[in-house]
Amino acid sequence: MSQKPARFALLASMHRFRPRLAVVRTGLVGSAAALLGGCKLEVLNPSGDVAWQQAHMVEIATALMLLIIVPVMALTVWFAWKYRAGNTEARYEPEWSHSTQLELVIWSAPLLIIIALGAVTWVGTHLQDPYRALARIDKDKPLDARIAPLDIEVVALDWKWLFIYPGQKVATVNELVLPVDRQVRFHITSATVMNSFYVPAMAGQIYAMPGMETTLHAVLNKQGDYTGFSANYSGAGFSHMRFATHGVSAAAFESWAAGLRDSKGAALTREAYLQLEKPSEKEPVRRFASVAPDLFDAVVNLCVRPGKMCASEMMALDARGGTGSAGRFNMAALTYDKNGREQVASAVPGGMTAADRLFVKAWCAPTKPLRAASAEVASPANSAPLRGAAIAWPGSVTKPAGPLLSLARTTRAPRS
Amino acid sequence: MTSSDQTWSFLMGRLSLDALPLHEPIILATFAMVALGGLTLVAALTWFRLWTYLWKEWFTSVDHKKIGVMYMVLGLVMFLRGFADAIMMRIQQAIAFNGSEGYLTAHHYDQVFTAHGVIMIFFVAMPFVTGLMNFVVPLQIGARDVSFPFLNNFSFWMTTAGAVLVMASLFIGEFAATGWLAYPPLSGLAYSPGVGVDYYIWALQIAGVGTTLSGINLIATIVKMRAPGMSLMKMPIFTWTSLCTNVLIVASFPVLTAVLVLLSLDRYVGTNFFTNDLGGSPMMYVNLIWIWGHPEVYILVLPIFGVFSEVTATFCGKRLFGYSSMVYATVVITILSYVVWLHHFFTMGSGASVNSFFGITTMVISIPTGAKLFNWMFTMYRARIRYDLPMMWTVAFMLTFVIGGMTGVLLAVPPADFVLHNSLFLIAHFHNVIIGGVVFGVFAAINYWWPKAFGFKLEPFWGKVSFWLWVPGFWLAFSPLYVMGLMGVTRRMRVFDDPSLQIWFVIAAIGAFMIAGGIAAMLVQYGVSIMRRDQNRDETGDPWNARTLEWATSSPPPAYNFAFTPIAHDLDAWADMKRLGVVRPLDGFRPIHMPRNTGAGVILSGISLIFGFAMIWHIWWLAIVGFAGLLITAIAHTFNYDRAYHIPAETVAATEAQRTRQLAAHQGASA
Repeated sequence: MSQKPARFALLASMHRFRPRLAVVRTGLVGSAAALLGGCKLEVLNPSGDVAWQQAHMVEIATALMLLIIVPVMALTVWFAWKYRAGNTEARYEPEWSHSTQLELVIWSAPLLIIIALGAVTWVGTHLQDPYRALARIDKDKPLDARIAPLDIEVVALDWKWLFIYPGQKVATVNELVLPVDRQVRFHITSATVMNSFYVPAMAGQIYAMPGMETTLHAVLNKQGDYTGFSANYSGAGFSHMRFATHGVSAAAFESWAAGLRDSKGAALTREAYLQLEKPSEKEPVRRFASVAPDLFDAVVNLCVRPGKMCASEMMALDARGGTGSAGRFNMAALTYDKNGREQVASAVPGGMTAADRLFVKAWCAPTKPLRAASAEVASPANSAPLRGAAIAWPGSVTKPAGPLLSLARTTRAPRS
Repeated sequence: MTSSDQTWSFLMGRLSLDALPLHEPIILATFAMVALGGLTLVAALTWFRLWTYLWKEWFTSVDHKKIGVMYMVLGLVMFLRGFADAIMMRIQQAIAFNGSEGYLTAHHYDQVFTAHGVIMIFFVAMPFVTGLMNFVVPLQIGARDVSFPFLNNFSFWMTTAGAVLVMASLFIGEFAATGWLAYPPLSGLAYSPGVGVDYYIWALQIAGVGTTLSGINLIATIVKMRAPGMSLMKMPIFTWTSLCTNVLIVASFPVLTAVLVLLSLDRYVGTNFFTNDLGGSPMMYVNLIWIWGHPEVYILVLPIFGVFSEVTATFCGKRLFGYSSMVYATVVITILSYVVWLHHFFTMGSGASVNSFFGITTMVISIPTGAKLFNWMFTMYRARIRYDLPMMWTVAFMLTFVIGGMTGVLLAVPPADFVLHNSLFLIAHFHNVIIGGVVFGVFAAINYWWPKAFGFKLEPFWGKVSFWLWVPGFWLAFSPLYVMGLMGVTRRMRVFDDPSLQIWFVIAAIGAFMIAGGIAAMLVQYGVSIMRRDQNRDETGDPWNARTLEWATSSPPPAYNFAFTPIAHDLDAWADMKRLGVVRPLDGFRPIHMPRNTGAGVILSGISLIFGFAMIWHIWWLAIVGFAGLLITAIAHTFNYDRAYHIPAETVAATEAQRTRQLAAHQGASA
């Protein structure tokens, strides 16, 4: 990896530590070095550019810290040996307990390291913000702004993963198919409890949480088969909550999606989803030739089941000042939990439960939840100012200098 | 529902014979062993007529030294339980490959890792550090006891009641299967309807009362009861770190109590603080629990930093380097520990600015921590280091802890955390700091202060066996976890698909068994030392040529600690006294006012235990009776005016004369 070019001029100097770092890394596991040859440290050698940048941060941070850790460990061992009681040759100064110069060193040395690491962290965290659109496909290939990111909606279920391809209008369970070298925008949520969506080969993880939507921008650069899984414990079936990830060519992806769409296979209707979301383990791969419109938004808003008020509608009502005394009657329409209370109430015809009360239904359109317009970071990262180009010398300013780090916030573009 | 069902349900709540693990052979065998061991212990205590002695001299004692020792015993017992859980996990993960489900079902395994975390933090590490602070702090500041001796006894028994509840969950019902912090919605009623999470809640709530009160007690003690002349900047470092720790306890445990109250309300009365529906916010729980949880880490490690400071200075035969920078570092860590909690969940979708703020504050903590390490290192510079066991543990700590600190700072970099969060790398990191820091420190402390507590030194041989099994065992057990974290292996997995991982888990299991050997050697060390106690007597009260006031009195110290309150003129008051040749006063003794033992703490904690059990099983009548009983007993105790007595001057004189003879005999023997 050490032949990769510097992303930030600020960090370019770190690169000379990288060969040495590889040695230290092997040294850390000591006698296990031989074993290491046979295993794949996927986190440090990923196949996606986002994970690669994150792995790079791991290495920079490790190298920076080793600058101080190694001398400290060496000095500790040296002092521990040299000043052992048996060595009466060594100097002994029982009253020596203060030195302003030394104090200055022992506070400022870690401080300097942390200033450097803090700067790297601030910049890296912003540039690698999972909400931020990618700036490049890989180190050699900038992003083609004309190609829209591929949207994939991810739902963590008990205990399997549902992937909805809204553009392709197909869906899969426990199988993620991605075109390589194309920016993918994952919209992530959970139907029940917290999970974490993680494909180590592609990009770092983001939690999948019920009633919330998180976003991850990522790209896979190498064709091949990878594994993804939940990285946050979610109950009894957690260990088997894994999914195959296939990186395929753009053409293969399109033909896969078209083939699935034309396959006359099962449709992921709301009813089918409600069947699917019941807890199950070791779920085999399943594919759906069509998907109910707005299914993902309904999942995020916890209102897939007919008769449930969407959380977004509740929030819209609350934003308008609530419903006054009518609010008491709305309580029943606001219970969402899949395995608990809902199944306690007895079912009545029409897919609703006895506990449901239709009071404000007329005010909302249950199939069209309001998605909160979030002002999130959608513009690609621009690291040019980091090279100093945006920092004008005093006196030479002709127009106001731009921010040190260009982090323009724009309202997210409406999704196709 | 028939009327007999209703009667049963009224009388026993959710409790029925089904709650007993009659179909779980592993638990049944454990139960049989525990029952057998327990019965043997009870029989032995009865046979040797020790009950009265235990009740009068220990259980009802308000003597901070005895309470400190009882905390250590509690920590040790629970350590064996928590470690048994660890071994079970290591075996499961080492064999559950190639389609094998291992030997633990998900229901059982998930409880095991939850119980391991809860027990190790709340009922091992906490009792250990509280025990050390209890035993050492009053002696170090020249006091006769803590500020509120009865409260101290009550705190200990509340902690014990919490531990008893956790242990009970093994045999009656189940424990939480949620992970040690019980994140909702998983820990909510909808996804965890059983009693497991209720056991978790009530065990922590009851123990939390003890922890909070003991924090208040020790703050009052340190602030108000220092020997004359001991200004804040002449306080021993261990006392300083204890003060900061107890400030942290008092400021953070109420947050834990509050968040658990909110979770209880969700589970018991149907509120929606953390539910998915009706506007609940599970993320609020995660924030609140870590606002407690991160300071908790420093609650554990700060006193241990104090231990290492005392040990290093003593065994280097030298003043501690950079005392004031050590103090400021401690205070800075105390404050900063409140502004880093979000680093436990960078991956929950916070914005980049929030994540980098908390990442950088976390890194900043490494500056004072690094300064501390340098201070210990420069204390060793130009020293005469005696490698007794406490110092061996200290050097092992310094070399181990820096690696854990480094991986910790690494995890504080949000992009790095995205790929390492929740992985085995994280597991390796926090075991690296908690074992390499807290556990090694507790072992250093036990070896260091044991002679003070019991009047004889520990045998070094078995201690060294333990050391050489523990330290390489630790690295063998956790290096593979670092490696697997970099391979993308996540935590809390019960079975694995990838057969190439198995070798790493086998290595980790071998390491865990080495640690088991280390624990066994440690127990042998205690046993052998007790049997050979007459050969290892500490006649002087100062076996290590140490520097702080606890070594100025006899080993073990008399009930009143110091016949006359010592006066501190310098840092390291005892070293100062030795240098100036201060002579022990031999007459002029006066009666000493001391607090009287009371059984109220045991009774209150027993009632709390019943109350907690009743709440867990929804036995409402018993809960009401228990709660009323708590109030009545507490109020009744306030009418007990017979709380103190005087040790007569003659008794003091006799005790001190005995010590004079002992010192003279020792001098005669060594001359």
